[in-house]
Amino acid sequence: MQASIQLPDDPKLRYLLRIGDTCLILGQRLGEWCGHAPIIEEDIALTNMALDLIGQARGVLTLAGDQCPQDYDEDQLAFLRDERDYLNPTLAELPRGDFAFTVLRNLMLSTWMKLLWDRLRDSSDTELAAIAAKALKEARYHQQHAADWLQRLGDGTEESRRRVEAALAQLWPYAAELFEPDAVDAAAVSARLGPPAESLREPWLAEMAAVFGEVRLALPADGRFRSTGRQGVHSEHMGYILAEMQHLQRSYPGGVW
Amino acid sequence: MSTEQQASKTEWPLWEVFVRTKAGLDHKHCGSLHAADPKMALQMAREVYTRRQEGSSIWVVRSDQIVASDPGDKDMLFDPMEDKVYRHPTFYKLPDAVDHM
Repeated sequence: MQASIQLPDDPKLRYLLRIGDTCLILGQRLGEWCGHAPIIEEDIALTNMALDLIGQARGVLTLAGDQCPQDYDEDQLAFLRDERDYLNPTLAELPRGDFAFTVLRNLMLSTWMKLLWDRLRDSSDTELAAIAAKALKEARYHQQHAADWLQRLGDGTEESRRRVEAALAQLWPYAAELFEPDAVDAAAVSARLGPPAESLREPWLAEMAAVFGEVRLALPADGRFRSTGRQGVHSEHMGYILAEMQHLQRSYPGGVW
Repeated sequence: MSTEQQASKTEWPLWEVFVRTKAGLDHKHCGSLHAADPKMALQMAREVYTRRQEGSSIWVVRSDQIVASDPGDKDMLFDPMEDKVYRHPTFYKLPDAVDHM
């Protein structure tokens, strides 16, 4: 059994993990659709997007590993951390739900990631800027894919509409976390590593409102609930997804294809 | 409501997919798929048929918009060409001066 790795307390590392873990965990969730999507073409689409996200995670986690004195590689960071050391927003880790839930979450997260990658192209870290330039194209496609589906489901049957509305009620409270400022965020801003989290809020809301407007969905009101995945304090679902992801590396340390 | 319209409520129409591998080449038929609308057909064609860098451009066409010859007419349509070898350029003996044409 492989023990967990220890991370240094470094704001840049934490900033990178927030991005890389979002890609990693959402990629894993989308991969769960393999063999389960409503049609085979969509099965391929969702797993293609999962692979885009895993590719992004590999780039960012490799860069994150370079920040550690132990020089961790992408696999060690992906599979050998304790739950509290994963820093994705809670939104990414929620169970995949039904197809409407997956479509809406993809829309929320890909819109956010698209805006983030766009700004990260100007990062003071040239490697992060290079990853962002490539990832931006992928995120644009993910957003388009999700927006098209949201429109079909929102304008589809009574049942598809009901499911979209139910997904919106469940998912919306988790959006607020994406834009919360904190010390890690402030350090990234002063190092010109990335944009203030808060600065993405208005453009994100505007893009979401544009897609929602097409199907006459209103933006829900803001509530007081704040999820805390980016602080490492996750929902009850995180342990299960990590157990599934980590099992092989924990049981067969260093195992490769 | 006709049976055709009833079927379309539960079954998406079929589309033929044509992919151009690179600029300058023609679009080649590479398969078909079911999709609810033109946009979805294009997106799915991208997912299914260009995953391994096969494409730089995609066409999709509703299968029911394609007019096809009847397989039963094959003999009538195509057999008459069998004995007309003079329609191939290789039938003609070229002078040595125009070698390797």
